[in-house]
Amino acid sequence: MPKVTYIQPDGVETTLDARDGDSVMETAVKNGVRGIVAECGGACACATCHVFVDDAFAAKVGEPGPLEDDMLDGAASDRQATSRLSCQIKMNDDLDGLIVRIAPEQV
Amino acid sequence: MTDVLIVGAGQAGMQIAVSLRDNGFEGRIELVGEEPHGPYQRPPLSKAFLHGAADIESLELRSPSFYVDNKIVVVPDEKVLKVDLSGERGLATTDTGREIHFDKMALATGSTPRRLPTEGAELDGVLYLRGIADAVELKKRWDAAANVVVIGGGFIGLEVAAGARMDGKQVTVLEAMDRLIARAVSPETSEFYRAAHERRGTSVRLNAKITRLVGEGGAVTGVELEGGEVIPADIVMVGIGVIARGELADQLGLETVNGAIVVNEFAETSDPRVVAAGDAVLLPHPLGGDAQVRLESVQNAVDQAKTAAKTLAGVREPYRAVPWFWSDQADLKLQIAGLSTGYDQTVVRGTPDDESFSVLYYRAGRLIAIDSVNAVSDYMAVRKALGSGSTIPAEQATNLETPLKTLVVE
Repeated sequence: MPKVTYIQPDGVETTLDARDGDSVMETAVKNGVRGIVAECGGACACATCHVFVDDAFAAKVGEPGPLEDDMLDGAASDRQATSRLSCQIKMNDDLDGLIVRIAPEQV
Repeated sequence: MTDVLIVGAGQAGMQIAVSLRDNGFEGRIELVGEEPHGPYQRPPLSKAFLHGAADIESLELRSPSFYVDNKIVVVPDEKVLKVDLSGERGLATTDTGREIHFDKMALATGSTPRRLPTEGAELDGVLYLRGIADAVELKKRWDAAANVVVIGGGFIGLEVAAGARMDGKQVTVLEAMDRLIARAVSPETSEFYRAAHERRGTSVRLNAKITRLVGEGGAVTGVELEGGEVIPADIVMVGIGVIARGELADQLGLETVNGAIVVNEFAETSDPRVVAAGDAVLLPHPLGGDAQVRLESVQNAVDQAKTAAKTLAGVREPYRAVPWFWSDQADLKLQIAGLSTGYDQTVVRGTPDDESFSVLYYRAGRLIAIDSVNAVSDYMAVRKALGSGSTIPAEQATNLETPLKTLVVE
């Protein structure tokens, strides 16, 4: 199982094993990682699962799609160069060790 | 120590339990639901789940270990039949005969699909969609069905219709009123959806008068309209609204309206020991003016549950969250923010025929809501503006050259 690490705005880290194919958002929410709200459950409809992807993984994770791009523009925390909605990042072995920082404001 | 019983293990019930812990509540939490599953997401049932893109495990709202770690007792497959609040502590009795003692109770009983009151409605193949069991039933028949008739042109029906059409089925939507989604959106948005579904090959029949459902050997084969026309159907999917599950509230003598449980801005019912949240509730909302509203949405289930949990934990914080909603139909993403109740003006931004546009709703000159179709930037701008109590001047909103977010004013 690929591992993913979440870093809270206050620096607290949580590392989880992700089910292959589950999104970074689903992995967090099902295990109660705070700060990822994800009210729409992964439909790319709410922009409340905003994360900043660690620079080392930015290329592997890739750029947001056009819809996600527009959602990020309106996210509660200002977007950064590696901003993504974590519901749109599916975990796989290629992303093992992924590190994301959770955006301070989601709603 | 206070013990809380939550009746209903859907989105709202789950969120009340989680938010109680988030607010430092240390008493016992028991979450009882009548479905055989723990809390799960309903929205994918009419979309990804039907097409095999989501399995049951992927619908789970939390992993089983989450509940253990947070000392939340989840009891599926059990129905609370009776509640007694006459003693010092409350007492609930379930359909297994089990008795649960508690100090405070949360009702998150949700809603149930309104049944079709038509001859032939009991035929096999006449289906509703609310829970996993309904979705599994629909999916079982999906591949073999060539003709799908959807009764009711609301969100759930249109989502299923769009999916059926994408899978190459002959699809007819029958709507009794003169436009689609009439309860939730403006005539402009309704007309867009009629045309958009027609463009994709679905037949949309407005003002449809159904006389009966016809069948052979106990299975539905068609829907008969006034005048005698019969539309062939292997599946009849009924989505004609929901009824609030207010049975327990009625039993307790709480204030209800048509089954919907009346609450105040703190999610309190007329009994101070009982809070309620989600689809089953009739609530006041600052964006709704004087009207009490029912909000059948994930957003409301989650945000109202948070309010209810705070109330139970002794934190007074009124419900103020801006309502929002989405519906995915084929490649059309509808996003709604705000409450259009009592609007007196609409402004259309963009061209509906281009399949990317928004309708902004105003009341007394102030922005109160938006419907956006494939226009995410508009939606996000309005959601943010409403959240901060701001507005966007109607006369400027039609200018597509200017992003809405730059037009926001106090």
